[in-house]
Amino acid sequence: MDELLRDYLPVIIFLGVALAIGLALLVSPFLLAFKNPDPEKLSAYECGFNAFDDARMKFDVRFYLVSILFVIFDLEVAFLFPWAVAFKDVGVFGFWSMMVFLGVLTIGFAYEWKKGALEWD
Amino acid sequence: MTAFPDFALAGPELLLAAGALLLLLIGAYGSEKRSSLVSGLSVLLLLVAAVAVVIGRDGSTFGGAFVVDGFARFLKVLVLIGSAVAVVMTQRFAVAEKFFHFELPVLIVLATIGMLLMISAGDLIAVYLGLELQSLALYVVASFHRDDGRSTEAGLKYFVLGALSSGMLLYGASLIYGFTGHVDFAGIAAAAAAGGSTSLGLTFGIVFVATGIAFKVSAVPFHMWTPDVYEGAPTPVTAFFAAAPKIAAMALFVRVVMEALGPVKAEWQQIVAFMSLASMILGAFAAIGQRNIKRLMAYSSIGHMGYALVGLAAGSEAGIYGILIYLATYLAMTAGAFAVILSMRRDGAMTEDIESLAGLSRTNPTVAYLLGIIMFSLAGIPPFAGFFGKYFVFAAAINAGLYWLAVIGILSSVVGAYYYLRIVKIMFLDEPKGAFEPMGGEMKAVLGISGLFVAAFALVLGPLGDAALAAARTLF
Repeated sequence: MDELLRDYLPVIIFLGVALAIGLALLVSPFLLAFKNPDPEKLSAYECGFNAFDDARMKFDVRFYLVSILFVIFDLEVAFLFPWAVAFKDVGVFGFWSMMVFLGVLTIGFAYEWKKGALEWD
Repeated sequence: MTAFPDFALAGPELLLAAGALLLLLIGAYGSEKRSSLVSGLSVLLLLVAAVAVVIGRDGSTFGGAFVVDGFARFLKVLVLIGSAVAVVMTQRFAVAEKFFHFELPVLIVLATIGMLLMISAGDLIAVYLGLELQSLALYVVASFHRDDGRSTEAGLKYFVLGALSSGMLLYGASLIYGFTGHVDFAGIAAAAAAGGSTSLGLTFGIVFVATGIAFKVSAVPFHMWTPDVYEGAPTPVTAFFAAAPKIAAMALFVRVVMEALGPVKAEWQQIVAFMSLASMILGAFAAIGQRNIKRLMAYSSIGHMGYALVGLAAGSEAGIYGILIYLATYLAMTAGAFAVILSMRRDGAMTEDIESLAGLSRTNPTVAYLLGIIMFSLAGIPPFAGFFGKYFVFAAAINAGLYWLAVIGILSSVVGAYYYLRIVKIMFLDEPKGAFEPMGGEMKAVLGISGLFVAAFALVLGPLGDAALAAARTLF
């Protein structure tokens, strides 16, 4: 058990250092910073024009769809990359595994295309 | 160079996976009128997979992650029948309630693949993958009636609590891996047996894994989602939830604790015994006040999972045999009861109120008698199917020395009999409130077959019992 705990000592040290630095950065502005608020400084910042709405407004559910589709095809590349690098080692089984994976994704893509998920209107 | 694994062993799963993808394309590119075709093909696909399971051979593949044995085969057939019945009962209802899309049967097929993987899991990674494949499809299915507030609420609740339970299961799995050094069940069992006394970390891992799986079988105290999800989800989806996923999760529970954690029985036996006890008691008492029949069925299923867990707490071959018989009878009773619930339609609208069954014996005597038989069976009254399931698990508990568990189980089934018999009383003694619309042909078939199975269970117990005994033996 002692052996095991000793293995985790760097983690504890890391946690301690992270906690100390984080707390120092959070607390020091309260103690050191120069405070002179005015309405302009406190209002929400929007680039180039006055803020016209609360930040927590409703927005279109289609953004979720687009982002989910993005994540799926982004991950596909994340899987393809190590596969391509290790291509010589994965062999025929590795090749066909990836082909099946891409095939499943393609069917998903055909489905979402037909369902109109790629169109905004 | 990695050699190809033996794909033939996973034939039914591969068949279902390829079939689901094909059905998705048929649904998306076919005309709107074809959407019922997808349902029909899904049922066919599930039944073909069941045949493939029966004629397949034993063995393990994918580096031991996928195991086919008698136990897996028995439960896979049950799950496939449960899913096929659910698809059959969904089609017409969902069209009538205007929430049918062809994705519904496809999602049920995908969830079924996950269940089959859970049943065949040979290591903790396969457990998690199967569980997630099943759960992700089920979350969507629960909120399938997306214009209905209660259905989306059910889906969201199920998703949040399901994700929490998956997290607990994963945490437990990582602890078990950390303290035994293995993810495969045989390796975990060997490492746990070799250690002498069980390490604290392994105990923690067992507790977390048991918690995660208990969420999926809805054992008390991890049952809170069940009534809300059952009530909110569209009724055919509830019929699906009540049968196949419960069987798969129970199979997973049995496999994990018997195969991986068999040598440390003392660690999990108390947990299982407590959950079993609490589920039986809560299932019996909480259902009494229910007016909504779907909520009643939710508490009933919590109770039934408690009875099945009695067999697991015994941890013997007889106990596993009892679980297998129990799950088979539970599947038949649930299918039959939901065939009636799905037909409770009056003046073009669904009703879920128990009182609306009043006087069914005069307006539709056949249905009333069949549902009466199923209710007697759910209460565990001989000579119907439910009695045999309870008899075998309680006998196993007594042989394992768990007398108190058996005694409290029998007492709580007496309490539970009250609300099952109340439904019989409402059907046979109360004044009629008007007839339901005629049942669909497929509902009649499901109710008829399950009613006959339940009523004449003593006759099929021979062959079914042999199959269950052979299945239970493979774990020992």
